Amino acid sequence: MTLSLLIVQLLNGLQFGVLLFLVAAGLTLVFGVMDFINLAHGVQYMLGAYLAVTFVSLTGSFLLGLVLALAAALLLGLALEFLVFRHLYERDHLDQVLATFGLILLLNQAVKMIWGAAPLSVPVPEFLSGNVRLMDGILYPVYRFALIAAGLGVGALLWFVVEKTRTGMLLRAGASNAPMVSALGVDIRKLFMIVFAFGTMLAGFAGAMAAPILSVEPGMGDTVLILAFVVIVVGGIGSIRGAFVGALIVGLVDTLGRSSMNDLLRLFMAPASARATGAALSSMLIYLVMAAVLFVKPDGLLPAKGRS
Amino acid sequence: MASAPPNPAAATARRPAPTVRRLAPLVIFALLALLPLASMLGLPGHWLTLVTRAMIFAIAALSLDLILGIGGLISFGHAAYIGIGAYGAGILITEGQTELLVALPVILLACAVFAAVTGYVSLRTRGVAFIMITLAFGQMAFYFAQALSAYGGDDGLTLYEKSTLLGREIFSNRTGFYYIALGTLAACYWLARRVVASRFGRVLRAARENAVRVTITGYDVNHVRLGAYVISGMMAGLSGFLLANQTDFVSPAYMSWSRSGELIFMTVLGGVGSLYGAILGALAFLITEDVLSSLTQNWKIIFGPLIVLFVLFTHGGIAGLVSKLRGRRDG
Repeated sequence: MTLSLLIVQLLNGLQFGVLLFLVAAGLTLVFGVMDFINLAHGVQYMLGAYLAVTFVSLTGSFLLGLVLALAAALLLGLALEFLVFRHLYERDHLDQVLATFGLILLLNQAVKMIWGAAPLSVPVPEFLSGNVRLMDGILYPVYRFALIAAGLGVGALLWFVVEKTRTGMLLRAGASNAPMVSALGVDIRKLFMIVFAFGTMLAGFAGAMAAPILSVEPGMGDTVLILAFVVIVVGGIGSIRGAFVGALIVGLVDTLGRSSMNDLLRLFMAPASARATGAALSSMLIYLVMAAVLFVKPDGLLPAKGRS
Repeated sequence: MASAPPNPAAATARRPAPTVRRLAPLVIFALLALLPLASMLGLPGHWLTLVTRAMIFAIAALSLDLILGIGGLISFGHAAYIGIGAYGAGILITEGQTELLVALPVILLACAVFAAVTGYVSLRTRGVAFIMITLAFGQMAFYFAQALSAYGGDDGLTLYEKSTLLGREIFSNRTGFYYIALGTLAACYWLARRVVASRFGRVLRAARENAVRVTITGYDVNHVRLGAYVISGMMAGLSGFLLANQTDFVSPAYMSWSRSGELIFMTVLGGVGSLYGAILGALAFLITEDVLSSLTQNWKIIFGPLIVLFVLFTHGGIAGLVSKLRGRRDG
């Protein structure tokens, strides 16, 4: 692998990590504050992408389409919160896992019926098309830079809201002791709804932003959901900082593993068997990393403070 | 429901009355044993195949209930063991080795090793982390199968022969297969009951309620849990072996995470921790799936909401409903 390829792969890994962070942050926020396992979080990412497909082609403008898609994803999320999730907050984790699993079946099938099973795509917006020349011979798409910047921007905003605002203070307090916060006169139901809506919007945003560079298809949320799980387990459940570090690790390890495993194995294996083993190993690599992290630190790398 | 004050009736809803617990499995197995008679009297042959398949999944659901219901460990990667069992049979048959007496030890050993290694890592965590880690290990097995290009990779592997016992084709007769599945299920049920009733099982159950207290008593909770995890994995592998022989096909989809979710749903549908409930849950699940999918290709659009409604409005599954009805009659 040459240096230029390595730089491109590092950027790809960073971009993938940022995307995973957006999904994982919502997932871990909802879990951290409400102790709620939402398997349907990945489906909300998928809905974000599909809504972006529809609204971008409807309005002809990427930005307008993105805003409308976000608004629609938010409304759908609130509707789900009202109809299903709100009745599950006080149930045990098994009930939450099951009910949200049912929602995945429903929404994946619904998406297939509405948009069809074939992959769809969104054109890269014109003002973000083209490439940036990093150095001689290395071009990198502007849109991917924009995605990294948007993801880091949202991450910074999230950090500001959680660490520096009053709402964030209540969130952190709610995460360590919800009944106490409620007893102090805070409307915990409303707080939960805000957290949930915010988490949904992050997932929807990630899906919509990913739409121009990934193929939009049914079940795309499932893959991301499981990767997001790995991210928050590696980072430490309920911790936003952990989700950020975990997402970058998973994004980089996965991308670099896929691009270099083949070459690496070829050093001491026949090309054909190196290709087969490489494919298997690179898919499994992040799970191996996760197992290794948990073996050393069962609570993840940066566990949330104040949780037992 | 959660805010309702504790009352004795609700407490018994989760644990069926002793008579139900003793009688229900007998009734279930008697009915299952008689089903082929009904098919001789005109029940479409399709039902025999369907119930055979349901019983095979019941073995996996039962094995999951052993760690989920009794041990309180929500494993979200249990489909991996079905996959290991199925691929074990598939790969051996493709390589020309159809003998069951060779395949079974290999499969059981493979499942035991996978369960011991992944269980050892997973059991370092609790609660949600455990759910997510088992899910991740399940995915690992799934991707591994997908990359097995020599054995079909993503497309799966068609089997042109079935397993044999000492050279005899025992799986080719449909009614014969039915009774083999029933016998295996009954044996697994008996084994699971024995495990639960043993000292080992009591420690496992006690650890679900209060792990700290069990540890103070001098038991190594993690050893017991790991033991149950390995037993459960081997049992699920058995169901994978039967499944491969029934469908003559093996594919990575056997290990997909949604399959693991379905297994959890089967055990919860039947009633967590009752063991025979897992059998009822698997039967109910596969029959519902069969009926719905014969109605519409988009059956999941009905099935998904059914799961959600089931979770929102019932507690304790079918086994819980049975004792609830009884409780109402008795009271």
